[in-house]
Amino acid sequence: MSDPELTGAEIVVRCLQAEGVKYVFGYPGGAVLNIYDEIYKQSEFKHVLVRHEQAAVHAADAYARATGKVGVALVTSGPGATNAVTGIATAYMDSIPLVVLTGQVPTAAIGMDAFQEVDTVGITRPCVKHNFLVKDVRELAITLKKAFYIAATGRPGPVVVDIPKDVTQQCAPFHYPAEIRLRSYNPTYKGHAGQIRRAVQMLLEAKRPMIYTGGGVILGDAAEPVTELARLLGFPVTNTLMGLGGYPAPDPLFLGMLGMHGTFEANMAMQHCDVLLAVGARFDDRVIGNPKHFAKEARRIIHIDVDPSSISKRVKVDVPIVGDVKQVLEELIRILRSGTERPDAAALKAWWAQIELWRSQNCLKYERSDTVIKPQYVIEKLYEVTEGDAYVTSDVGQHQMWAAQYYHFRKPRRWINSGGLGTMGVGLPYAMGVQLAYPQAKVVCVTGEGSIQMNIQELSTCLQERLPIKIVLLNNRYLGMVRQWQEFFYEERYAESYIDALPDFVKLAEAYGHVGMTIERPQDVEPALRDAFGKYSDRLVFMNFVTDPHENVYPMIPAGKGLSEMILV
Amino acid sequence: MRHIISLLMENEAGALSRVAGLFSARGYNIESLTVAPTEDPTLSRMTIVTRGSDDVIEQITKQLNKLIDVVKVQDLTDGSHIERELMLVKVRATGELREEMKRLADIFRGRIIDVTDKTYTIELTGTGSKLNAFLEALEPEAILETVRTGASGIGRGERIMRV
Ligand SMILES: Cc1cc2nc3c(=O)[nH]c(=O)nc-3n(C[C@H](O)[C@H](O)[C@H](O)COP(=O)(O)OP(=O)(O)OC[C@H]3O[C@@H](n4cnc5c(N)ncnc54)[C@H](O)[C@@H]3O)c2cc1C
Ligand SMILES: Cc1ncc(C[n+]2csc(CCOP(=O)(O)OP(=O)(O)O)c2C)c(N)n1
Ligand SMILES: [Mg+2]
Repeated sequence: MSDPELTGAEIVVRCLQAEGVKYVFGYPGGAVLNIYDEIYKQSEFKHVLVRHEQAAVHAADAYARATGKVGVALVTSGPGATNAVTGIATAYMDSIPLVVLTGQVPTAAIGMDAFQEVDTVGITRPCVKHNFLVKDVRELAITLKKAFYIAATGRPGPVVVDIPKDVTQQCAPFHYPAEIRLRSYNPTYKGHAGQIRRAVQMLLEAKRPMIYTGGGVILGDAAEPVTELARLLGFPVTNTLMGLGGYPAPDPLFLGMLGMHGTFEANMAMQHCDVLLAVGARFDDRVIGNPKHFAKEARRIIHIDVDPSSISKRVKVDVPIVGDVKQVLEELIRILRSGTERPDAAALKAWWAQIELWRSQNCLKYERSDTVIKPQYVIEKLYEVTEGDAYVTSDVGQHQMWAAQYYHFRKPRRWINSGGLGTMGVGLPYAMGVQLAYPQAKVVCVTGEGSIQMNIQELSTCLQERLPIKIVLLNNRYLGMVRQWQEFFYEERYAESYIDALPDFVKLAEAYGHVGMTIERPQDVEPALRDAFGKYSDRLVFMNFVTDPHENVYPMIPAGKGLSEMILV
Repeated sequence: MRHIISLLMENEAGALSRVAGLFSARGYNIESLTVAPTEDPTLSRMTIVTRGSDDVIEQITKQLNKLIDVVKVQDLTDGSHIERELMLVKVRATGELREEMKRLADIFRGRIIDVTDKTYTIELTGTGSKLNAFLEALEPEAILETVRTGASGIGRGERIMRV
């Protein structure tokens, strides 16, 4: 039987169905109308109409972060595509698998400065894993296959497929290949056996070991082997901002997040360890601070990463292992378990004694108050009320750091935020993507009054989709993270960081058809949260917590300083 | 240090801009870049001459390998290799210069490929330093125009790069 002749638009829809896509986040326009017409005629996947293309990409990105599946967004040419760019760059920096379909002007009009024409492939090239312009309808299905394959494999990332309008009208025989191979792209998953044996030996020789894991453990679904390895060896563990949930935070082996706003104990242990096992983490500048300061202390480093270019980029590594975190860790564990040798118990005991001393600093303590709401307190209560089991998305700023520090993530894929690009405005669309993926789950968006206004229009999408998201606004009336830098490094010259003329968030929430609350007293924090998850469990609740405007995030490593040069409270 | 890197990549639209974009986005310098399809028309071969510390060169080769369309990357500087560049030089060829230019072209094994009353166009291949030496041997006023391709490189002997 020969393959059926379909239009390009039908082919797009059939490919998405074949990929098992459940949600497409998008916004229509001229160049994609044929595709929308085909979407209208089918019911295998659902289209979610956002209110701004940036939010479509963020929502698809969050769907991917929460589920591990490829997120899909669909936007029109020109302004649709340019609006999507921030979302694409955000996903790119955090290695999130996405396929973004962009409409394009008809092939004959390309290069003619046609209406709503932009060079989408050119604009997105530096912030995608790969991109395609499909000029021939016969190439459409295979290109989409490649796009999904490239997005999801190796180091994941966003792939843009730009489709001219005439290509969606033309016909071609449809065949969607079950598998695909590319001669130019073959990620390495299995670690080098010799290197893994060297790593095992090094771990066994460690006297002051440290396990440092990042987003790669979340992306590679390796929280289990990380936990198993740490417990097998009794080694301390820290996570990057992107790696939170990769190890159960309440566990005594866990030292908290490290880096610019990491804990004292995590940063000190990182600085002073003699063997460092880095797993799916890329030695970011917000993590190790000044690399020269980091290099002052001698230590041997084992680094597992699927992307060779992440290894020895900022820090020289002794045992590089290119491979998938899960496969490599499982092999490490297998070798360890097959032998009887264990690390030096006395040395490890002494190391832990040192770590406990650091930990006893209690660096996350903060001044309690019964008159003004402390932002940290809200997150602590949120953790209690949700029993540590919520999906928490956040925006970017102080509130993001407090959420990371005080919500103790126990499971991977529960903490959804923008680390690499640090995009204000992701919080609400992220919550949409997560709530759609898990309709029954508690989904919280922790945000600031600056950030929430960057995609506030999505409250409308939330009503349309009846998403019972809980918005926790830590309203300090400041672009707080900016204010903090100005306080510390600009002699308190608060240039443009005070937000005057804020909207009445309760009325705003109500105008969009949701429940709004303003909470001004510490004793009202917990009841408000209980109402939100109880009485209003099926509604979107916008909680405007009026918090201490002068609170800062501690500890803090000033930019350019080293890990042991933290400012403590 | 100077490195000469060979690259095989899918002969797709936009392939060159991916490589050029990578170098500019990451602040690597390109001294020269040459590209053309190979005997297999689905593949392009590129030769890039760049400079950088060992760390930077390591990142450059890793980042090039990471481009989805790149099939193979080889740092030719890692082993013995041959490199050649083609240059066309238009020189003033009047009066006594005319004889002088012919003589110099011969010494450097150049060929005169276009002649007018007043000019010669000389074709010269060799390493970059040979081409430089030729230019230095000429009176600066005698040089009217030059065009160089940038280096193409290939491994010596059994050192073969193919798919
Ligand atoms: C306001 C603000 C403050 C911040 N402060 C901090 C801070 O204090 N501490 C902190 O840690 N971060 C902080 N960040 C985040 C920081 O900017 C980086 O985004 C983050 O540290 C990077 O995390 P990562 O190293 O885990 O790398 P990721 O960006 O998560 O990269 C993942 C790595 O894993 C690899 N990988 C992916 N999949 C696999 C697999 N299957 N197998 C093997 N490897 C894989 C990838 O190749 C990559 O190298 C802050 C961000 C903001 C916006
Ligand atoms: C799109 C974007 N613009 C600017 C910034 C720089 N920036 C980082 S944090 C921040 C302040 C955020 O303010 P708010 O959302 O109120 O959070 P707070 O720090 O007060 O908790 C700004 C402006 C950014 N990260 N993203
Ligand atoms: Mg604020």
